[in-house]
Amino acid sequence: MGSGNEQFLNLTLKVWRQKNSKTAGTFETHQLTGISTDMSFLEMFDVLNEKLIHEGKDPIAFDHDCREGICGMCSMFINGRPHGPKQGITTCQLHMRSFKNGDTIIVEPWRSAAFPVIKDLSVDRTAFDRIISSGGYVSVNTGNAQDANNILIPKSAADEAFAAAACIGCGACVATCKNGSAMLFVSAKVSQLALLPQGQAERKERVLNMIAQMDAEGFGNCTNTGACEAECPKGISIENIARMNREFIGASLTTPNK
Amino acid sequence: MSKLDSKIPEGSLDQKWTKYRSTIPLVNPANKRSLEVIVVGSGLAGASAAASLAEMGYQVKVFCFQDSARRAHSIAAQGGINAAKNYQNDGDSIYRLFYDTVKGGDYRAREANVHRLAEVSGNIIDQCVAQGVPLAREYGGLLSNRSFGGTQVQRTFYAAGQTGQQLLLGAYSALQRQVGTGMVTMLARHEMLELVTIDGKARGIIARNLITGELEKHFGHAVLICSGGYGNVFYLSTNAMGSNATAAWKAHKKGAFFANPCYTQIHPTCIPVSGDHQSKLTLMSESLRNDGRIWVPKKKEDVEAIRAGKLNPNQIKPEDRDYYLERRYPAFGNLVPRDVASRAAKERCDAGYGVNKTGQAVYLDFAHNMKYKYGKMEATKKGIQNPTEAQLEALGMDVIKEKYGNLFDMYEQITGVNPYKNPMQIYPAVHYTMGGLWVDYNLMTTIPGLYALGEANFSDHGANRLGASALMQGLADGYFVIPYTIGVYLSTEVTRMSNEKDKADSIDKVKTKHPEFDKELAEVKARIDKFLTIKGTQSVESFHKRLGKIMWDKCGMARNKQHLTEAIKEIQDLRAEFWKDVRVLGTADEFNPDLEKAGRVADFLELGELMCKDALHREESCGGHFREEHQTEEGEAKRDDVNFAYVAAWEFKGESNFELHKEELKYENIKIAARSYK
Ligand SMILES: Cc1cc2nc3c(=O)[nH]c(=O)nc-3n(C[C@H](O)[C@H](O)[C@H](O)COP(=O)(O)OP(=O)(O)OC[C@H]3O[C@@H](n4cnc5c(N)ncnc54)[C@H](O)[C@@H]3O)c2cc1C
Ligand code: SF4
Ligand code: FES
Repeated sequence: MGSGNEQFLNLTLKVWRQKNSKTAGTFETHQLTGISTDMSFLEMFDVLNEKLIHEGKDPIAFDHDCREGICGMCSMFINGRPHGPKQGITTCQLHMRSFKNGDTIIVEPWRSAAFPVIKDLSVDRTAFDRIISSGGYVSVNTGNAQDANNILIPKSAADEAFAAAACIGCGACVATCKNGSAMLFVSAKVSQLALLPQGQAERKERVLNMIAQMDAEGFGNCTNTGACEAECPKGISIENIARMNREFIGASLTTPNK
Repeated sequence: MSKLDSKIPEGSLDQKWTKYRSTIPLVNPANKRSLEVIVVGSGLAGASAAASLAEMGYQVKVFCFQDSARRAHSIAAQGGINAAKNYQNDGDSIYRLFYDTVKGGDYRAREANVHRLAEVSGNIIDQCVAQGVPLAREYGGLLSNRSFGGTQVQRTFYAAGQTGQQLLLGAYSALQRQVGTGMVTMLARHEMLELVTIDGKARGIIARNLITGELEKHFGHAVLICSGGYGNVFYLSTNAMGSNATAAWKAHKKGAFFANPCYTQIHPTCIPVSGDHQSKLTLMSESLRNDGRIWVPKKKEDVEAIRAGKLNPNQIKPEDRDYYLERRYPAFGNLVPRDVASRAAKERCDAGYGVNKTGQAVYLDFAHNMKYKYGKMEATKKGIQNPTEAQLEALGMDVIKEKYGNLFDMYEQITGVNPYKNPMQIYPAVHYTMGGLWVDYNLMTTIPGLYALGEANFSDHGANRLGASALMQGLADGYFVIPYTIGVYLSTEVTRMSNEKDKADSIDKVKTKHPEFDKELAEVKARIDKFLTIKGTQSVESFHKRLGKIMWDKCGMARNKQHLTEAIKEIQDLRAEFWKDVRVLGTADEFNPDLEKAGRVADFLELGELMCKDALHREESCGGHFREEHQTEEGEAKRDDVNFAYVAAWEFKGESNFELHKEELKYENIKIAARSYK
């Protein structure tokens, strides 16, 4: 269907190619013609890959799955910005109507010491999973729960927790941060659970353990540049970082040996 | 005698599960530690099963093809999850949820399974809330509900338009907690490519490490297939790009029967196709039908003017609009079940009333409720006397934004059109597959030790699934059913293990050193090498597109004998062409997404044929399966309960050769009736 004013673009694409984590990468240039403005950015890559396959060249590897902005898998650094020029969306939600005929588009993988490149535009983000494993949960076994409406949660707290829980774990915050800090991601989970009654019992341990794991994974320090918030496709607020810092100080002061 | 034993327990319907549950043999904690369970899939079904089994003490290995368990396709579910909590005091009950689901499934589901699902539905909500899942709340702090299609009560729990995300992140956090304790080994970016059976029992899998390309052997005393649905056989669907049938299909070829493959759900409200480049379709959640009214113009000249860009739909007067669902189904109106709503849209579009260039779109319009429901409510709350239309719109818009904001944003991103100001354009698209691996009441397939959970099995939705019931089923299977029912089989394994304790070559000692593992690994390797050595001229993607077109045109929303017969032949030819002319580049021992896709498409090319054969044999219309030969004069589906009240379970006998087995469906508690939403 589209917007009803479909146009066709000719573009130059400079794409990062890297065989695997052990070899060095380089930019490769491709010319594309007749790209519909109704296409998504990843559909443009589909077209390019189809062309490469026809020419007998290795298609470009990139991560994607849901293609609707929720799984957090897609991860392209486009013209110097994670997920491209538009705010509040993921790479897969970016459409070609955001570009002009004749544009040159530079596409790179997330770059961060904690996210090694697997191939081309795919990176390894398992550090995030390990951080969640270190404390991003409520310890409640299946079958242990009380009736859901016994826990009253004011709408404002539920909404705030939901806003933090909306993080899709894409890693754009890390990719855009000059220090490679994962504070926005970690603070989103810490905040969600700190805001809810269910999260109280493990509140202190959680923040201490998750921050310890974050440091162990080699993420950088936060210097409050705010770049993460600006680039986060889900609008995760930097206030979560402030909250996590308070949680951390509170927990450190009252927990021995941590 | 049928080969199918559904193992439905004796007793009255409402007692079956409770009684059965308390008679299942227990596995003692020491034995649990020596039992290994493989879980393929980390969606709602897989993650909840794996976390629960690990909490109980089993050793669990979980596989998913994405880079993290959290990215399973369940993450994309939007609208909500049903539970018979009756929090709204609107007359809901376990029986009503059970009844609605059986009726919604057009009387093609098993009573006992559905009742169990309804029974545990409330526990799911309790569990998720305890995990810290932020479900929507009312101002008083209580949980909020909305309505979904095919029901007249409010029983759907939700988290904005991101319910699947929040539920999955809850299950994922429980799973990661077990990863942290070492009870679960998580193998992300690993794809199951074969099931290993030894002496007729499931004993493990062959998986490919998608980063290194290495083929790995993994042993398990039981294997759980939680790999999701196969809607991507249609190429275009609302499923994630990677969703596939491979795990289920490999199991099928190893002896697991595949049930009701032709039951596919076409969802009425998706964003229409925009062009040939289209790679997937995006759902606009069913919850929108709470507030959106579906219509097309009454007059052909209006249709033409719209298509020519000369008329804006907002200019069409109410009396010139055909709110066709409200017209045809006054009792349920815009909230009829999905199959009914989809066919009605197709009917209007086929009659020439489609509102976009391709003629394949109808309107989903919020203007009325925005202004006259929410706008007025807000105006009253704020004490605004005689509000203007513009005021009503502005006030109502805030409410709509709060309820559906992320969906509206998504719509605008994709189409470039602002849905707050213009009605959405929507069209049906493939969304869900009710068919899947046949399972008994314990969720075990026809292979001992092999289970199927979530969308991968066929169990609870009959011929049509009601909205917000897939999340419920996935979590019911994983949290509340399999932790009990797996004991039926594993307790026999415990006995066997102790009998074979002194046997040097018992499977518990040999594990992946058993020759069967090497044999299967060699076959997987040969198949991968085959993909790479064909060196043909056409891409995997192009074959997938062609298959999708055959399926959509001939095994889609309306089916008939001639089309299905043609489709079977076309798919066979396409498959032959694929194996001669596909081009897969790169090597086997590297990260190679195109090679992964080749394997999945090769399996779709076999499954598609079975779907058509199943659709061809089922000479009736029911739920999502609409045979043009079997309809009433008004165009409603005509079921044949005398001849087709059974589950069709297909056994694989060789290429293009499937044998049909029937499981009769008995309705002892519900009077089987024509399904009417009028
Ligand atoms: C857009 C959309 C919206 C929806 N909204 C709703 C809703 O509001 N309410 C509702 O009830 N239902 C909804 N559904 C349906 C529901 O989301 C799914 O049916 C359900 O989430 C399926 O869960 P699952 O656990 O069975 O499988 P999935 O979540 O699909 O998970 C499959 C898992 O299997 C893994 N896997 C697959 N194959 C392999 C393999 N060969 N090897 C290793 N791993 C493999 C994947 O990596 C993944 O982890 C929606 C569906 C869609 C498409
Ligand atoms: S905080 Fe935002 S940018 Fe960072 S991982 Fe979460 S969604 Fe992505
Ligand atoms: S592909 Fe899922 S968020 Fe982009």
